[in-house]
Amino acid sequence: MRSALKSLVAIGVLALATACSSTPAKTAPDGSFTPPKLTAQQSLGAGEGQVNLIAWAGYVENGSDDPKVDWVTPFQKQTGCQVNVKVAGTSDEMVNLMKSGQYDAVSASGDASLRLIASGDAAPVNTDLVPSYQDIFPSLKLQKWNSVNGVAYGIPHGYGANLLMYRTDKVSPAPTSWGAVFQPDSPYKSHITAYDSPIYIADAALYLAKTKPELGITNPYALDQRQFDAAVALLKQQRANVGEYWSDYLKEVSAFKSGDSVLGTTWQVIANTAQGEQIPVKAVLPDEGATGWSDTWMLYSKAAHPNCAYKWMDWITSAKTNAQVAEYFGEAPANQKACDNTSDKNFCAEYHAGDAAYYQKIAFWTTPIPQCVDGRRNVKCVPYADWVQAWTAIKG
Amino acid sequence: MTTDSAGRRLAGALHRRPRLRLGLLLAAPLTWLLVAYLGSLAVLFLSAFWTTDPFTSDVVRSWTTDNFRTLLSAPVYRTVALRSLGVAAAVTVIDAVVALPIACYTALVAKPSRRPLLVVALLTPLWASYLVKAYAWRIILANGGPLDWALGPLGLHSPGYGLTAVILVLAYLWLPYMILPIHAGLEQLPANLLDASADLGARTWRTVRSVVLPMVLPSVAAGSVFTFSLSLGDYLAVQIVGGRSQLIGNLIYANVTLNLPLAAALGTVPVVAILLYLLAVRRSGALRSL
Repeated sequence: MRSALKSLVAIGVLALATACSSTPAKTAPDGSFTPPKLTAQQSLGAGEGQVNLIAWAGYVENGSDDPKVDWVTPFQKQTGCQVNVKVAGTSDEMVNLMKSGQYDAVSASGDASLRLIASGDAAPVNTDLVPSYQDIFPSLKLQKWNSVNGVAYGIPHGYGANLLMYRTDKVSPAPTSWGAVFQPDSPYKSHITAYDSPIYIADAALYLAKTKPELGITNPYALDQRQFDAAVALLKQQRANVGEYWSDYLKEVSAFKSGDSVLGTTWQVIANTAQGEQIPVKAVLPDEGATGWSDTWMLYSKAAHPNCAYKWMDWITSAKTNAQVAEYFGEAPANQKACDNTSDKNFCAEYHAGDAAYYQKIAFWTTPIPQCVDGRRNVKCVPYADWVQAWTAIKG
Repeated sequence: MTTDSAGRRLAGALHRRPRLRLGLLLAAPLTWLLVAYLGSLAVLFLSAFWTTDPFTSDVVRSWTTDNFRTLLSAPVYRTVALRSLGVAAAVTVIDAVVALPIACYTALVAKPSRRPLLVVALLTPLWASYLVKAYAWRIILANGGPLDWALGPLGLHSPGYGLTAVILVLAYLWLPYMILPIHAGLEQLPANLLDASADLGARTWRTVRSVVLPMVLPSVAAGSVFTFSLSLGDYLAVQIVGGRSQLIGNLIYANVTLNLPLAAALGTVPVVAILLYLLAVRRSGALRSL
């Protein structure tokens, strides 16, 4: 027993020693940061034979979900890079998976991308090595969620809005406002669903920006304490009507199928999947506008298969593939030439691809930081770490 | 020939040194226990005193007790911890109540030749994947699902997704872990004790109360350690059939992605709860005969 104790102490000392020798990444108190010094790859070598990706559901399809939906097999044939994909349900999951060091690239949304850049997990990308990059909409290039000081950290993939989905046979009248999921005396009590991530607090803030102008919310990711508390209170009140929260898209499909959920947030791809299973659902963009995402393929700074990852980033953002993935997922493509390759010729107009005025209506996911991202200087905003704590408290 | 004599010499040397023999026998399992098992627990406890960078959520290895302070001061953690303990206790009680009669039948009443077959039958649910079973329950409990359909004529409904569903599913999942120890305990019950009880004029119920139950209590305690600790650590069943509710496992899972130190601090809660439970079980004397 004594020797057991000794070993325990030894392990503890060892752990402490490693603990004290590490250097933590530092972020300035105002939220601005200098990314670790990393240089982009200068030339492209031969493929490594495989590439490990983290992606949103519907981004990396190899025909196993739907035999007609497959842009991975042609890529593998052409480049010899075997694609392994891990589907993540939230941005937080993506950030954490990237830290595991087992992946080469990720389809990061704006609320994950800056965190990945600041922590040194995402590497700068040499856009000269990605021929598709020249066809990306200029309005998506070198934006604040995919670049730092004019250095690109990824290739834009596409963007879209979080929608309101409902069962057409159970919900009437058809909802046109987010009020349908936030009203306290909802007739659909216990059958409302919501996205299970702290970033969903922004959905409540967006609704409050329109319905409670006295709070003065202009950007749902820049909430001072009073605005934040109001959004949290709204979500606590909503919880009484929620049947379940979702982050796994298949779970949401099954809940809408059985009628356990009849109304709630969704992505277009989930609505498409549900309709494919003959579930009577419809997804709409409510009057208040919506939160949304703008995704970027980013490269892991210590990637084991960087050349295959570069080839993948080029493939997925090339005109033809980008059109396929955009139509399957239900989002605006990032490649302007993709619009000529969609099977539905009105697709790009419908999803407002390249329409700068339209994206004013979408509040793209971004990481809340103490320095208010709406430009206010006289007040401190609630940082994301507090959003995470609040989300735990909301779910109770 | 030479290898044979070398082998003999080695055997002889080992025979003369019993301590060396024991050391060689236990070296591998003890290393495993200390490094992989207790070592990881030690690192877990240690990391609970670290913190994270609020923006990148990288772990910052500076000493702080903030995580434990948050744990004790924020009411949500207390609520969730108590809810998890309640669920674990409910699952344990349900399993004990269901397992006792089943084990009585398999160990005492059934024909001895059929008993091994019955035990195999009880174990078959363990051969199926946890996830498949949990998702099967998601379908069973769904709105308009099989349970709704079966209860419909009685004017009842499926409980739907929520805490009741979680208790139901966990009780189903861990039932074999309760039946097996009780079955083993009852099998060792000397038959002549039952005969003696009958000879002294005790009826069935009196025999069960005064002979069987006291003898089988240690087995129930052993089974309850399984059901209690497995329930306390579970987070998947809650995600699948729990609706909007969350247990301590979900909080750990939610924080592992962003705040590993807080998750580690939360992880000490079930460890402490189970240690206290084991101490309580030990005090009751139930572990003495194991």
